[in-house]
Amino acid sequence: MQSLLVVAQNTFRETVRDKILYNLVFFALLLIGASVLLGTLTIGEQARIINDVGLAAINLVGVIIAIFVGIGLVTKEIDRRTIYTILARPITRTQFVLGKYCGLVFIGGLNIAIMFAMFLSTIWLSGNVVSGSLFQAVELMLVEVLLVTALAMFFSTFSSPTLSAIMTLGFYVIGHLTGDLKGIAEKTKHPVTESIMTALYYTCPNLEWLNIKGQAASGVPVSVEYQVAATAYGLLYAGLLLFGACRIFERRDF
Amino acid sequence: MDAIVIDHITKTHRPTWPWQEPATVLRDVSMSVGQGEIFGFLGPNGAGKTTTMKIVLGLMRPSSGSVELLGRPVHDVEVHKKVGYLPESPYFYDYLTAEEFLGFYGRLGGLSQAVLHQRIPALLERVGLTDARGRPLRKFSKGMLQRIGLAQALIHDPELVILDEPMSGLDPLGRKDVRDIILSLRDQGKTVFFSTHIISDVEMICDRVGILAKGKMLAVGRIEDIVSRHATQSVEVVCEGVLGNSIPLIKDAAIRVLQRGSRCWMSLPGQQKLEDVLAAIRQAGGRLVSVIPHKGTLEEIFLEQTNQGV
Repeated sequence: MQSLLVVAQNTFRETVRDKILYNLVFFALLLIGASVLLGTLTIGEQARIINDVGLAAINLVGVIIAIFVGIGLVTKEIDRRTIYTILARPITRTQFVLGKYCGLVFIGGLNIAIMFAMFLSTIWLSGNVVSGSLFQAVELMLVEVLLVTALAMFFSTFSSPTLSAIMTLGFYVIGHLTGDLKGIAEKTKHPVTESIMTALYYTCPNLEWLNIKGQAASGVPVSVEYQVAATAYGLLYAGLLLFGACRIFERRDF
Repeated sequence: MDAIVIDHITKTHRPTWPWQEPATVLRDVSMSVGQGEIFGFLGPNGAGKTTTMKIVLGLMRPSSGSVELLGRPVHDVEVHKKVGYLPESPYFYDYLTAEEFLGFYGRLGGLSQAVLHQRIPALLERVGLTDARGRPLRKFSKGMLQRIGLAQALIHDPELVILDEPMSGLDPLGRKDVRDIILSLRDQGKTVFFSTHIISDVEMICDRVGILAKGKMLAVGRIEDIVSRHATQSVEVVCEGVLGNSIPLIKDAAIRVLQRGSRCWMSLPGQQKLEDVLAAIRQAGGRLVSVIPHKGTLEEIFLEQTNQGV
């Protein structure tokens, strides 16, 4: 367990020293800019648009970090051969993969928490009401970041960074279109297309379940049951991906 | 109990594509390294030294055969608490300072903060990097990286130290420092297994050596034993007042004849014709200056063995 924490802590330190948290400056400027520009609008519209912009930005920044830092976490260790000295220590490969994952998830979570705090401050300073639905939306965003990070790590355990990025992005986009995949499968008369769409529907993560930004921005909450079910789904999917990543990593030669 | 036991390992890399041929890089390699000895692993570039070391450390799985470290299977994580490793041309986390770097590897080895507080300064001093303790590794020269790499291999006070080309990239002073560290490890009862293609380093400090070429183990043993087993003992004869090349018997018997004024230097392949040559010198009115039996060096054996093409 100590080895896992040491790797996680070092991953966190590496990401911080790579200046990943500079994105927070971009986020702050975006929020301030949006508030100033939208200051002329009526009170109700201003709140909804600030909510829209804020939630979309938190989601975008969180997912970009998850994908582009996530794919490099393991491959960078292999390419630079730092992995040799680490795996020669009393640490299992599973502990190494999970340590890298935990380190990145921690920085992703911290990033989202800081952005959310800045976002809430903006709402409060602009004189609008903070809706509980915003907390629900951000919680599911965090689950999505956990899942996308696991997806990026899974691909990076057996492919190059470029291919991992393409596949993770592909799964991310398809994950947000799973409803359409099911619709195409139901409507098509071609059996091959139906099989492919059905397979993709059941294989790809349904990321739309984790996306409640639209209604949260309007202050409409989702039920607790939905929130719990969506969270459990995202965590289970991430867990399966991590299990696969660890299994593949255990079998690799370095 | 031996520190390392390599038992008939073979490594074949599976091809990426079906039309490619599998590549066998190690063929039935067996050897052992005794506890407390310095073992030099010699071989030309591409011989399979690094692959062997990776298998010994569990970074790679052999296609067949097995490896034991300190009496335990290599995949037993616990045994790695007693093993230190420095890879060839190491690249480390360059955003860490030297102290942070050693702290990271120390904690990975299960050391407490209190132990690290004592051990890090001592180890930095031992590798001559005390002044650079707060500097990030990205500002280190190649020689400094090699030194800090050696320090990370020793931070948890391992029983067995595995070093892949530890002298590469170092100036003569740096090489001497590394040699001194290796010798001091042996004095502390540690086992050192290191690979190199620099034979003089091996001759200076190793108790035993193994010679690997094209994935095959060609020789294992004490340097003196290997030398006496493999060497063809040539004899160097020096005499005065004789023109060596003008005497047919000498011309036929010697591998090489050099004439410097009245002094003649000749090299005979063995002692078989020595008496005949000495008689010929006396007959020609020459005076014998010296007869020196010349033992083969490890370098000659290494070159002979590796050039034979296995």
